[in-house]
Amino acid sequence: MGFLHRHRGLTPYLLLAPGVVWLGLFFLVPLGFLAYQSLESGSIDFGYAFSWSWGNYWNAIRNYRGHFERSLEYAGIATVLALVVSYPVAYWIAFRGGRWKNLLLLFIVAPFFVTYLIRTLAWQTILADHGLVVRTLHHLHVLGSTGRLLNTATAVVAGITYNFLPFMALPLYVSLEQIDGRLIEAAEDLYASRWKAFLRVTLPLSLPGVVAGTLLTFIPAAGDFINAQLLGSPTNHMIGNVIQSKFLELTDYPAAASMSFVLMAAIIVAVLAYARAVGTEQLTG
Amino acid sequence: MSGVMDLGGRAWALARRNVLAAYSVLFFAYLLLPIAIVIAFSFNNPTGRFNYVWQGFTWNNWRYWDGVPGLRGAIELSLEIAVIASLVATALGTLVALALVRYGFRGRGATNLLIFLPLSTPEIVLGASLLTLFLNANVAFGFWTILIAHIMFCISFAVVTVKARLVGFDRHLEEAAMDLGANEWATFQKVTLPLIAPAILAALLLCFAISIDDFVVTYFNSGTRITFPLFVWGSARIGAPPQINVIGTAIFVVAVGLMVTNVLVQNRRGKRGLV
Repeated sequence: MGFLHRHRGLTPYLLLAPGVVWLGLFFLVPLGFLAYQSLESGSIDFGYAFSWSWGNYWNAIRNYRGHFERSLEYAGIATVLALVVSYPVAYWIAFRGGRWKNLLLLFIVAPFFVTYLIRTLAWQTILADHGLVVRTLHHLHVLGSTGRLLNTATAVVAGITYNFLPFMALPLYVSLEQIDGRLIEAAEDLYASRWKAFLRVTLPLSLPGVVAGTLLTFIPAAGDFINAQLLGSPTNHMIGNVIQSKFLELTDYPAAASMSFVLMAAIIVAVLAYARAVGTEQLTG
Repeated sequence: MSGVMDLGGRAWALARRNVLAAYSVLFFAYLLLPIAIVIAFSFNNPTGRFNYVWQGFTWNNWRYWDGVPGLRGAIELSLEIAVIASLVATALGTLVALALVRYGFRGRGATNLLIFLPLSTPEIVLGASLLTLFLNANVAFGFWTILIAHIMFCISFAVVTVKARLVGFDRHLEEAAMDLGANEWATFQKVTLPLIAPAILAALLLCFAISIDDFVVTYFNSGTRITFPLFVWGSARIGAPPQINVIGTAIFVVAVGLMVTNVLVQNRRGKRGLV
């Protein structure tokens, strides 16, 4: 420790070094390789070579525009659904949970303790053609007699919503839980109506949670391919399915790499548009 | 008149409260339904290849949990990777968290960004970029590439978890130790480490859970090795055997057990004034 005493300025860098080097080598450097690969041209048989082929990006957008749009659409709908479905529950736990708060939070994260793929397979069972849900919907004539849920867009969006729900509910809970109850009481005194007090005080104060939950849900959802694979048909495939098969089955690396970057760019554009809509201070604060 | 208004207000408040409670019960039913299905179907006795329809109760899936070829090896690989990855990532992450909270230094902002970026990158991009790195460097895919990948995506989670604890940390305790003659290392060992131990444990558990559940990044970097999630993926195409539900249930029970124990221990420590 004598050495560190004489060079106190070095201590933080020594502490940082192992973790930062690891992330540099296995997160940043790979992104560089991915970028490099995305500009290569050639074929599987003759190998790929770097050639500044920006055409890969153009092709990715032109050929798979539907997949990109579907990814953003499914992820967007699932995010809104997750927000609407979990906000009342987060509110209930934060303000009425009392001494059961920790237990209720444990329930919220419970799905995370079942392997992602296994819980998605459970939805396959629930939504299956002769399952209880489909039969009930047939009975109520919500679905036509040949209507099904499995292998439809509905099932994919439902699966994504379910799988990322805790990412939405937890930040909502955290921001609601931090609200000073006296502020709401004061608002109720001033605005008279509870609903108005909620709209003017509680909701704005919970916005950081809404923003955090939205990003935590939307970003992984846009890149997901498991739900589309297990719960959808090929017409519901998202861009993740294409990237996955181009990398691992077709070994068309340049196309897959450029599509990965288009996906990231699409997500960043969507996030920025969202940030403009809700106000940037919510994002940075 | 005001009495009537008051009564109406109270009735409204009561109804509202119960609507919210009733809705929350429905919400939890929805959240837990798939878990109930997973557990129930671990006792199913399927007649065909597909474990979709309830056929009858049996203990056999639990008794012969490793009766499916390849399942045992997949679980062992997953456990091995999760143990090593969570230990390494938590160690690296704790050091980074200490540096970020304790020291002002050039490059702090950049480091924070480097920690945050992997958390906000879609998994498929993390997996794909590592794949291109290993391909270009001619690294053979297998145990080591899986391990490297898991440590990579666990570090950020470990940093965030430990950092949250360090931020609310009373530095006077350390200063007191130094005043009493302890050097930096002794202070760290005797004061800092015990105080942040719960956060380190939480980071370990979180990393372990994330590692053992990971599919996407592993899928891109496993070569021919099969972890448990990869085994599930492979068998989903040809009909998943009920043993998969058995393992899923076992993981669920162990994880919830650890969480509950952690909460109880923290509560007791809190009562004894140790937190």
